[in-house]
Amino acid sequence: MLVRIPSPLRSYTGQLANVEGEGRTVDEVVSYLEQQFPGLRFRMIDEQGRLRQHMRVFVNDEMAQLSDEVRSTDEVTIMAALSGG
Amino acid sequence: MTIETTVFLGTRKGIFTLRSASDRSHWILDAPSFLGHIAQHVVPDPRTPGLVLAGCSTGHLGPTVFRSHDGGLTWNEASVPPAFRTGEPLARSLKAAFWLTPGLASQPEVWFLGGSPQGMFRSDDDGDTWTPVDGWNDHPMWTTWCEWPEQNTPDGSMLHSISIDPRDANHMYLGLSSGGVFESGNGGADWKPLNKGSMHPMLGHAELEFGHDPHCIRLHPIRPDRLYQQNHCGIYRLDRDSDQPDSWSRIGDNMPSAVGDIGFPIELHPRDPDTVWVFPMDGSDVWPRTSPDGRPAVYRTTDAGSTWARQDSGLPDNGWFTVKRQAMTTDNHDSVGVYFGTTSGEVWASFDEGDSWSCLVAHLPEIYSVHVTSS
Repeated sequence: MLVRIPSPLRSYTGQLANVEGEGRTVDEVVSYLEQQFPGLRFRMIDEQGRLRQHMRVFVNDEMAQLSDEVRSTDEVTIMAALSGG
Repeated sequence: MTIETTVFLGTRKGIFTLRSASDRSHWILDAPSFLGHIAQHVVPDPRTPGLVLAGCSTGHLGPTVFRSHDGGLTWNEASVPPAFRTGEPLARSLKAAFWLTPGLASQPEVWFLGGSPQGMFRSDDDGDTWTPVDGWNDHPMWTTWCEWPEQNTPDGSMLHSISIDPRDANHMYLGLSSGGVFESGNGGADWKPLNKGSMHPMLGHAELEFGHDPHCIRLHPIRPDRLYQQNHCGIYRLDRDSDQPDSWSRIGDNMPSAVGDIGFPIELHPRDPDTVWVFPMDGSDVWPRTSPDGRPAVYRTTDAGSTWARQDSGLPDNGWFTVKRQAMTTDNHDSVGVYFGTTSGEVWASFDEGDSWSCLVAHLPEIYSVHVTSS
């Protein structure tokens, strides 16, 4: 499936904005990305398995939880909600 | 012999580096590293030339540690950043890698890190992988001593000022803002409060065991029984080899009353345990945290706090900045250099032990930490 990577995380993907993902849930997709791009997961998900405060994940156009199921035809978009100054 | 001096700056918007090609007379500012990242603490390793660690985060991403092996020219991320244990009962999540302390020369590759929430972490491989210090993080008194749940102070609850006795690596100190000073005699496996004599920020001189607010604690490396503390409630000294080895004395009472003894940093002379520098700030009313009366000045004692002398030659007559707890440091030249960075992005330095000051660079982002190394 297509995974869209926000600019704050592209240092882990070699500046790629779109990458291929695999998995049955959002969490599994992020774990798959971690295998491809080590370090990425902890920057967006904390040590207790929670999405960090300013991170969001959308599956197609719907905001998703980490436990939500995904299909290979879905588009997963990781968003960093711009905040602060 | 030419001595090259490098000043590492952690800022609100990345890591900056100042290098002097000669004996501190000309300075070159490198391009920023990690522009836009919050660099809380950037610390060169005194044991390993070229090694620098940086505790960083951003507004979006979780905290991590970056490492340089070439004096800040290139960086890599820690392969296992500091984190609390997954599934722990308190479900804590590290939000900031706030403080870094290298181990002793007898502890090669060891580093300690203090965080927000007030956790402590250790690396045994030059900062590449980190593990929680369970003796602190899981101490039965942790939720009592620490601010938990977090109090949402402006920059969070912090563990800082991790200090190691150079005679005994198992003898350690740490500071909590807020929470107080704590001591371990067994390498961090157990801890006890060490706050007698210091004022409690809310309850005055009550002899409470903990709940104090040390802003910065420094142990003198050549007189390890002497500690200095810049506290929310004044400047203190503790001599463990005195007849009151567990009681802090308020040496800030000897500061001019119009200036007071509130501030964030306190910095040591590398060879004289009686000499320290502080940067007082306005702790009155709503705590502006700027220089009293808008007249920035460093104060130095050369007699362990019995007397203090104002050092403001070259500093602006009218300035309204703050110097944070990690943003003042000294070098080890014969005439000791003293450096501080401001919340308004200036780095000031004195190469005559504070007698005169010059601005090395301005217009940087808000400066969080200043550390220097010479080679």
